Formats: sequence, C-alpha cells, structure tokens
Amino acid sequence: MQPTTTATDGPGARRRARTFTGQLQNGDRIAHFTTFIFAAAIIVITVVLFYELYASSSLTREKFGWRFLTGATWDPVALEFGALPFIYGTLVTSILALIIGVPLGVGAAIFLAELAPVRMSAVLAFIIELLAAVPSVIYGLLAIFTLVPFLRDYIAPVLEGTLCFLPLFQGASYGFSLLAGGCILAIMILPFIISISREVLLAVPREQREASLALGATRWETAWHVAVPYARPGIIGSIFLALARALGETMAVTMVIGNAPRINLSLFAPGYSIAAAIANEFSEATSNMHVSALIELGFVLFCITILVNAVARLLILMTTRKGSAA
Amino acid sequence: MILRSTRRKITNIVMFTITGLCTFVAVSVLFFILGYLLWQGGQALNWNFFTKLPAPVGETGGGFANAIVGSAKLLMLAALIGIPIGFLGGVYLAEFGGQTTTFIVRYTTDLLNGVPSIIIGIFAYALIVVPMGHFSTLAGGIALGVLMIPITVRNTEEFLRSVPNTLREGALALGATKWRAVATVVVPAALPGITTGILLAVARVAGETAPLLFTAFGNRFWSPGWNQPTASLPDTIFKYAIAPYEDWNQQAWAAGLVLLSLVLATNIAARLILRRQTRTSRG
Repeated sequence: MQPTTTATDGPGARRRARTFTGQLQNGDRIAHFTTFIFAAAIIVITVVLFYELYASSSLTREKFGWRFLTGATWDPVALEFGALPFIYGTLVTSILALIIGVPLGVGAAIFLAELAPVRMSAVLAFIIELLAAVPSVIYGLLAIFTLVPFLRDYIAPVLEGTLCFLPLFQGASYGFSLLAGGCILAIMILPFIISISREVLLAVPREQREASLALGATRWETAWHVAVPYARPGIIGSIFLALARALGETMAVTMVIGNAPRINLSLFAPGYSIAAAIANEFSEATSNMHVSALIELGFVLFCITILVNAVARLLILMTTRKGSAA
Repeated sequence: MILRSTRRKITNIVMFTITGLCTFVAVSVLFFILGYLLWQGGQALNWNFFTKLPAPVGETGGGFANAIVGSAKLLMLAALIGIPIGFLGGVYLAEFGGQTTTFIVRYTTDLLNGVPSIIIGIFAYALIVVPMGHFSTLAGGIALGVLMIPITVRNTEEFLRSVPNTLREGALALGATKWRAVATVVVPAALPGITTGILLAVARVAGETAPLLFTAFGNRFWSPGWNQPTASLPDTIFKYAIAPYEDWNQQAWAAGLVLLSLVLATNIAARLILRRQTRTSRG
C-alpha cells in the first residue's frame, strides 16, 4: 500500500514514510497476532477442560471401566460407583421436559411468529427473552415452595386416579420427584424453544405465506402447512438445543428432584440427575475415589451435551443454508 | 362445501386460541415469578439485609452484606477474565481470522458455550482449588470468567459483522492500515452493541450458582482478599432455600428478589438500548 500524502515530498521523506508505513504494517501483524493469541486461548481452555475431566477421573475409569456406566449402585462409603441411576434420572427428567415443553413452546412460537399482531408479538417476545434471563436458582427457589406442593396435592392424585394402570404413575408421592424435576425443566427450556423457533419461522420467506393465503388457505393452514414445514429443521434444532440445556441444568433440578440415587419406574419417586449429584456431593467428597467418580460423571455429561449440541447446530445450519439458497 | 369451509374456519379459530394459550402460559410464568418474589421477598427485605452479616443458626435477623460484596468481587474478577479474551477473540473472528482458523475457533466457542456450567466448576476446581489446597474467591471468579468468554465472543463477532463493509473500505481507501481501520472505525461503530452484550453476559453469570458450589464455596463471614472462600448471592439463596428453618427461607426470598431485580433491570435496560440502536441505524 503506497502512502499518498508523502508522494510529492523529497526522497528522505519517502524513506521515512516507508519505515513509518513499515511500522504500521507491523502494527497489522501485531494486532493480528494479539487477537489470535486470545482466540487461541479459547481453544486452549477447551482442550484443558477436556483433559482435566479425562485425567482427573482416571482412578474410577481404571477400576470400573465401562461398568461405571452400567452399575446401579452408588455407595461412596463402600467405594462402589455406578452411574446408571444418575443417567436414568437425567434422561427421564429431560425427556419429560421435552414432552411438556415442546408442544407448548412450538405452539407459542407459531402464535408469536404467524398469528399474533406484530406489535403484540414484539412485546410478548421481549417478555420471553427476559424469562430466559431468570437465574436457575430462582426457578428452584420458587419450585420448592410452589410447584412441589402443587404437584403433590393436586396433580399426583389426579394422575394416580386416571392413569394408575401405568407403572409411571404408581406409588406414594412426596412432591420432590422426577416429575417435579421434569416440570421445572420444561418451564426453563420454554423460552429457548420459543425464541429460536420464532426466529426460524420469521426467516421463512414472505412469498411462501402470501402464495398460500392467496390460494384461500386460512392463517392457521398457512402456518401449519407452509411455514412450519419450511422451518422444520430449525425448529428441531431449537428442541435439541433445549435438550442440551435440560441435560446440563443443575440448580433447579437439584432443589426439587429429591436426590435419591435409585432407579425407580414411578415418576412420583425421588431420583437424582448427573448434575445434581455433582452439585451435592462434590464439596463433601472425602476419598479420592469419590472425587474421581464425580468427575467421571461430569465427563459423561460433557460428552452427552456436546453430542446433542453438535446435532442441534447441524440442523440449524441446514435450515439457514436452505433459507439462503431459496 | 359450506360445511367444509366452516370447519376450516373453526379449526383456524380453535388453533388460534390453543397457540395463544400456550403463549399465555409461557408469559405468565414471568409474572408469576415476579409477583411471588415481590410478595414473599418484600416482607423479608429490610435495611439489615444490605448491611448485616448472616445471623448465627437459631437467631433471627441478620443480612447478606457479605454475599452482596462477594458477588460483586466475583463478577469483577469474571469481567477481568471474560471481557479481554471474549472481546479480542471476537475481533479476531470478525476481522483478522483466516477461513480455517475462524471455523475452528467459532466451533470451539459454540462447544464451550454448550458445556453445562457445573462442569466449568469442575474445571476451575481441578485447575485452581486443587493446587491451592482450598476454596477461594479467585477460583469462583475464574469459573464465572470462563463462562463469560463464549457469550462475549459471539456477541462481539455478531456486532462487528453487522458494521457495514463500506465503513471498512472507506477507512482503508483513506490509507489506514487494517488495524487502524478496525481500532478507530469498525470497533467504535459496533461499541454500543458490544458493551450492552457484555452487560448481558455479566447479568447472565451473576445468577450462576452451580460453578460456585465448589470453587467460591460460600462463607458466613466477610472474605478479605482473594484467597478465601466467599459467599455470593446465588449460592446463599440455594443454601437458605433448602434449609429447614422458616426464617432462613424468608431470607432466601429476599435475596432472590434482590438478585432477580438486578438481573432483570440490567436485561431490560440493555435490550431497550440495543433495540433503539438497531432501529436508528436502520432508519
């Protein structure tokens, strides 16, 4: 790049300018290098995170091997560690959260993106965004004192009365249960499903809708048969992102799930999730073996969430590609 | 034929109502949370809450002054770690990176963003607490800082990318080198967005509890310096909420109200500023 201001000056000035621009070019290199260092720091942190989880869980990995994942007893005193109750609890609460949260969330997203008046939709979407900002410990605090008694006194008797032939809804209900964990997770993942699905739906080209309406379809038919199929991969991606959130959610679940490391078919029974186990036992673990087992739990959770996240990103990427191609 | 069109119209109205109800349920959760916290927490909130230490078990009264100061210290430390790495990492992604490196860094950032916060806690535990031999403010702050990084990176990158290319080209055409163009034209243009994004990131980690459980640990007294375990608002809410004493639960409500007000106020302010900016820049 030639400096234009010094072009009419003498050769000395030109030389000075060359060294000056040379310095500025160096500045470019310095700036590039500095920002690169910080960007690389992110990669280093992630690699160290992975390494720490892997290395710090070597004790139990060597002792139990794959048995760690299939063992059903968790007894820190006898140094017997099997992660199955936690994996079971994590999966059950997350699936329950999806069963409750997905219809509600996708329904609300369709309403906000397709059916509601624009101004109303903007205000409601703003409120939903705020909902995503509420800390999880606050959800937990409210759940302990409102959701848990509500489930115990009103929902559980109804479910027991009508669906008692299913093993899912049998046995005594104390409130603190897998059901409570699933319900609070459903509420917590709602804002994620709604805001991402709404954005994906809003990205559907206007012409698609107009063509459908011009053919005489109702608003709902347009939304359901035109916009939703177009945005489907993105909506599924938002569900996977929500699933990843639900799997790793710690505080609210810890506060309501009951914290009992048993595998129980009934949703009314207390359970335990991976994240809750780490949260409750980590600072109290005394033996190296126990700490190692908890870190291995963390490692398992880490791998599951990464897998789910990767699928979600891929799906969302697919929709946006399709959108830009169309 | 008439029958069929009425059926379609009815379906339309029914689905409108059902999806509207879904939205109503989702939105009412926020008002329920706010209302319930105001009702329960408002009763327990008083001046002592902000000025006194927690009372010993069995005594009533006391406050959470140490938790408020502890949270502020943790957030300061988190910002010191999260902002430089997040901001400069974002600048690299948007302005300097090559295709492959950008892809790798962005992918890693997304990955880090998806890691559950409790696992970041384990990371800080293994990295800081184990070598030091005890829990500390430092470890908690680093855990929160790591949580802040991916949020800040993506925010910064997004706002830098939304700066029109004509601005960059104009600066380069006037003879500015790349870094001068970035430092004096592009970043200032995106700065309001980036700052509000950082504000949102701070508000987000302010409510994080899980990574603090075994890094900052909690403390019933003041925590001078950076090397001792410290109390923090979210951690105190957790411990007081699951305690079997009624007056502790009351104080958990009060602390919850304070934390939620701070987080929501920051969010509302930041989002309104952002919205106004995007509107003016478009119009």
